[in-house]
Amino acid sequence: MLCIEARGLRKAFGTTIALDGLDLHVEEGHIVGLIGPNGAGKTTALNAILGLTPYQGELKVLGRDPWTDRDQLMRDVCFIADVAVLPRWMRVSQALEYVSGVHPRFDRAKADGFLAKTTIKRASRVRELSKGMVTQLHLALVMAIDAKLLVLDEPTLGLDILFRKQFYDSLLNDYYDRTRTIVVTTHQVEEVQNILTDVMFVNHGRIVLDCSMEEFELRYAELMVHPQHVAAAQALKPIHERQVFGRSILLFDGVDRHRLAALGEVRTPSIADLFVAVMGNQAGAAQGAVA
Amino acid sequence: MNTPSNAVPESPLEPQKITPAAMSPTRPLYWSIRRELWENRSIYVAPLIVAGVTLLGFLIATIGRAMATVDPARKAAVLTEPNSFAAAVIMATTFVVGVFYCLDALHGERRDRSILFWKSLPVSDLTTVLSKASIPLVVLPLVAFATIVATLLIMLLLSTVVLLMSGLSAATPIPWMQMPLVLLYVLITLALWHAPIYGWLLLVSGWARRATFLWAVLPLIAVQIVEKIAFNTSYFGSMLKYRLVGGMAEAFAHKPHGHVPIVDLSQLTPGNFLSTSGLWIGLAVAAAFLAAAMRLRRYQGPI
Repeated sequence: MLCIEARGLRKAFGTTIALDGLDLHVEEGHIVGLIGPNGAGKTTALNAILGLTPYQGELKVLGRDPWTDRDQLMRDVCFIADVAVLPRWMRVSQALEYVSGVHPRFDRAKADGFLAKTTIKRASRVRELSKGMVTQLHLALVMAIDAKLLVLDEPTLGLDILFRKQFYDSLLNDYYDRTRTIVVTTHQVEEVQNILTDVMFVNHGRIVLDCSMEEFELRYAELMVHPQHVAAAQALKPIHERQVFGRSILLFDGVDRHRLAALGEVRTPSIADLFVAVMGNQAGAAQGAVA
Repeated sequence: MNTPSNAVPESPLEPQKITPAAMSPTRPLYWSIRRELWENRSIYVAPLIVAGVTLLGFLIATIGRAMATVDPARKAAVLTEPNSFAAAVIMATTFVVGVFYCLDALHGERRDRSILFWKSLPVSDLTTVLSKASIPLVVLPLVAFATIVATLLIMLLLSTVVLLMSGLSAATPIPWMQMPLVLLYVLITLALWHAPIYGWLLLVSGWARRATFLWAVLPLIAVQIVEKIAFNTSYFGSMLKYRLVGGMAEAFAHKPHGHVPIVDLSQLTPGNFLSTSGLWIGLAVAAAFLAAAMRLRRYQGPI
């Protein structure tokens, strides 16, 4: 079943086109990484999916129209926009009480269990918590909701490596159960590469690449070419070439790995490398979007 | 709102979860109002502080002036005069609290980005705006009622002690059976009469990006200036004044002079109040403002 189905999604802010006929299909039970440079339209797309912004085109999330049905949709969808949205005046205990008051699918005991693993005190106000603790609190609230779709927009922005690692670990171990769908955008691509089932590249308001991670591993190969084979390797039409310590690293799309193995060392590229290759090939692509 | 028929079937993995149908549609409203009280403690703290200050002044009056006054009639007057003044001061406080609450209600959540958190929960914009409107229209009048009754009771207690100590009878000119009724009537009529003011302030707080107070007040002044210069009239100004203070004249037969307490139930004219077109026009305008604020909140994000 399709969890998110978008066709020809368009949205403009004045003369800036944020979404330019975006088509998006996300199947239930997948963990999708939405990767793109700043201003590519990722957040606008997520806002449309969450019913936070009006749009043109067709969009169904869990069978509902998010713009007209936001409050109903939010029974089955959770999102973490970024680290700073929990109200600063609120106490941890109040946040727990409030969410269990308004959310029919919130499991208070589960949230208490997650919080017990942290050093967050119930009486603390959000403003007294560190950035990492606020994220832990938000994640505890969200993971205790029995939702079908979880949307994470730069959830780990500004957190140190330990918190980031812990964030994705608990998401995978304590939340993901293969029936839930997770859509995540992040610039820290290498941290999510191993948890994704699908990756999508967004640029200029469109999806420019959409493939499952299995397909990704089959299709793309990175070759650290032996100096004497550079010409032969280049003849196979790499989609990208870069130099590291004086050696050429070539990225191939759909070239047989056995053929490449004869020319040097072959490995699966990182999403970040492919991102640079794909975006670099696109005219006018933004620079340095991948950390 | 939340009708059980719209509930999406449970995920097959965890059928033991709480059934969404068990949630009543008023629950989100109840929790939204509680959340407003958590965030805005001034709703009940400010009237309590003013009541405390009033009582302090009254204490000084009883110990100082009343004790020193020999004439029994004047002594009783010193002790009863502050009653309606105390009630008026507490009411004025709740009005000011209501005004500033409304100006921040839909602005603060956008300023601190928490609107993204509130919108991530299954609470509709209708519920949110209604919960915020109910603070000045329901919660603050109730707070004012409780605070005023408690303050007047403490004053009665103090003055009774003073009068008894001076060997006078503790007879009080305040009719204690009628007072709460009259007070409740005043608070309800005021809230209904001022509803369009609160509606306007909520709308501005949901619309303005900054300086909500200026956006709420300056357009009203601008209209008056244009009207004065263009037509040399001041209908708009009179209309605003009527909206601000005209309600009491419609709700009571005799305008209460100065601080003379309203004691007679026959002075209440609910029939006249309810048949005033100004009341119904005001309520319709308030409803329109709230509907606009609700619609606006759908489009608004963090600023």
